[in-house]
Amino acid sequence: MTTLTLAKALNEGLRRSMEDDSKVLVMGEDVGKLGGVFRVTDGLQKDFGEDRVIDTPLAESGIIGTAIGLALRGYRPVCEIQFDGFVFPAADQLITQLAKMPLRSLGKVRLPVVVRIPFGGGIGAVEHHSESPEAYFTHTAGLRVVACSNPADAYTMIQDAVRCDDPIIFFEPKRRYWDKAEVDLMAAGVPLDRARVVRQGSDVTLLAYGPMVKTCIEAAGAAEQEGRSLEVIDLRSLSPLDMDVVAGSVERTGRCVVVHEAPVFTGFGAELAARISERCFYHLESPVLRVGGFSTPYPPSRLEDHYLPDLDRVLDAVDRAFTY
Amino acid sequence: MTADAPRGVDAPPEFVQLLTPEGERVEHPDYDIELTAEEVRSLYRDLVLVRRIDLEAVALQRQGELGLWASLLGQEAAQIGSGRALTDADMAFPTYREHGVAWCRDVDPVKLLGLFRGVNHGGWDPAEHNFHLYTIVIGSQALHAVGYAMGIQRDGAEAASIVYFGDGATSQGDVNEAFIWASVRNAPVVFFCQNNQWAISEPLEKQSKIPLYKRASGFGFPGVRVDGNDVFACLAVTRKALRDAREGQGPTLIEAFTYRMGAHTTSDDPTRYRVADELEAWKLKDPIERVKAYLFKNQLADQEFFDKVEAEADTLGREIRRRCLELPDPEPEALFRHVYVDPHSIVDEEREQYLTYLAGFER
Ligand SMILES: Cc1ncc(C[n+]2csc(CCOP(=O)(O)OP(=O)(O)O)c2C)c(N)n1
Ligand SMILES: [Mg+2]
Repeated sequence: MTTLTLAKALNEGLRRSMEDDSKVLVMGEDVGKLGGVFRVTDGLQKDFGEDRVIDTPLAESGIIGTAIGLALRGYRPVCEIQFDGFVFPAADQLITQLAKMPLRSLGKVRLPVVVRIPFGGGIGAVEHHSESPEAYFTHTAGLRVVACSNPADAYTMIQDAVRCDDPIIFFEPKRRYWDKAEVDLMAAGVPLDRARVVRQGSDVTLLAYGPMVKTCIEAAGAAEQEGRSLEVIDLRSLSPLDMDVVAGSVERTGRCVVVHEAPVFTGFGAELAARISERCFYHLESPVLRVGGFSTPYPPSRLEDHYLPDLDRVLDAVDRAFTY
Repeated sequence: MTADAPRGVDAPPEFVQLLTPEGERVEHPDYDIELTAEEVRSLYRDLVLVRRIDLEAVALQRQGELGLWASLLGQEAAQIGSGRALTDADMAFPTYREHGVAWCRDVDPVKLLGLFRGVNHGGWDPAEHNFHLYTIVIGSQALHAVGYAMGIQRDGAEAASIVYFGDGATSQGDVNEAFIWASVRNAPVVFFCQNNQWAISEPLEKQSKIPLYKRASGFGFPGVRVDGNDVFACLAVTRKALRDAREGQGPTLIEAFTYRMGAHTTSDDPTRYRVADELEAWKLKDPIERVKAYLFKNQLADQEFFDKVEAEADTLGREIRRRCLELPDPEPEALFRHVYVDPHSIVDEEREQYLTYLAGFER
């Protein structure tokens, strides 16, 4: 066991992937000498060379478009998008090309491209640096979408993502990059498409992913003081979605609160709420409630504490779940 | 050039310069400029004041009063020279670093501080200043400037637009599309690229194999490289490009060859990727020192003038600091304002719910 930050765990995972397979490339803006603005690729260029760790031109469409070409030629590019708000220039390549090419070739083409995106707010940043664009991608068939929440998962999930033959959007909770935890560098980890119960409870199920997992664990800790037992599930994968773990929990607790930073309106929580009501209808004591961002652009940083779900807003939803 | 050699230090040959780093006036066959002593003193004052605003902002960030600041240190001449070339009717489209141009367009510096403090996303009225909002997404504003120029063209107005972007931005699709649109529409737009040699940690050669101004010819319009640390040359070259644009001769690409003296932003650590010698060499080309030397040598200003500008800078620095600290945090309700012009049921509902929720804490 070693203690690693989430950023360092990703770094170690990428290093392992690059050692294991010479076809793995890292590409993005400032990923070389600088090691990325969050240092996730720190030292990789020094150790694997400029040929495998590529400082790209400042062009996101180019990053994804050329990654597709490299993948067609047998490489496994891991692309870094510097911040969530800067993925949109690449939207065309991601949505019309990367997501659909395997199907168009009737399975002959494989595009094992990983697109790493630091996402979410809470770091006091300027515009476009705190977005939660996951729903755009879960709404795009052909892309897998995952989000890690802690160092141990980050370490194994990034390696699993690189090994996966499908294109993957890999979300990293940027405000948790500096969180530390014990990581077993030998462990295989939970499979990439599985959800995980990170805290057991019996009264309400909290569903979260990425940065909100920690918030929910803290909320569960606080609720315990008040005699309420909350179960917390880290979804880990948004597409595909591990409905067995979700339904198994909700059928026991009868109440569910979904928490994400992205706007609630047509956010990923809407899909969860709909699926749970379809599958667990007779077990539900209350409607599935959602806690998330508002239907407003991400606010300037002096307002972000109002925008972001916090412990109080999660517990408020838990309380409301008992009013039906 | 090896990867670690100081870059951009040897002045490139193709380069419009009217004032040397030593403060000597030089002639250029295509660009000349007649400036009165008063005008030169005024440019000097602009340069000093915007540098002071910038230094104050960096200090405010260090003290935790701003979330971030993107310093213009070293790029004052490029911004003041081009900014002072604009007429009131011209429209400017900035990146996030154009504090000097904002100054020329009479945007209150505290508005800039407010954005980086996180009280709003800018908030000035672009039409009031003919200075658009800052654009953080690299390159997007290039297309806006072209579209705006197409509007000017349709209106038959006596104006042009100018768009600012960096060396890194020249790789973006939007910027290249803007070149094409401007070219085929013969739009009255000036592309003002501040090549400060770096895009965060990436040196220019990660973006281009040829000098940036040469890109223009492939798109079908003129490109010119100017000493970006020479305020006279930047003024002269931009004036001509704007005049050409207004007179129906279409776009020009100006590459202002300059240097980012500071970090990319206050979040950046340039010691990880660039050598200290480079900065030292560029310090000798300082945009302000050369104007000061010129004023001195030609006895266009005395010590009293320089002291006065210094004192004005001190006052300005103190003033914007005080006003920055006094900026009120926005009220939660501000979250829901201006998302739409007309009422929107979902936003309205969320606002009501959230304000009710907040009120619950006050009880
Ligand atoms: C579309 C997009 N991608 C990435 C970024 C992150 N980013 C901010 S500034 C910057 C470098 C810009 O370099 P340049 O265009 O040379 O301008 P400079 O900052 O040097 O003035 C990058 C990559 C961004 N803001 N927008
Ligand atoms: Mg630059």
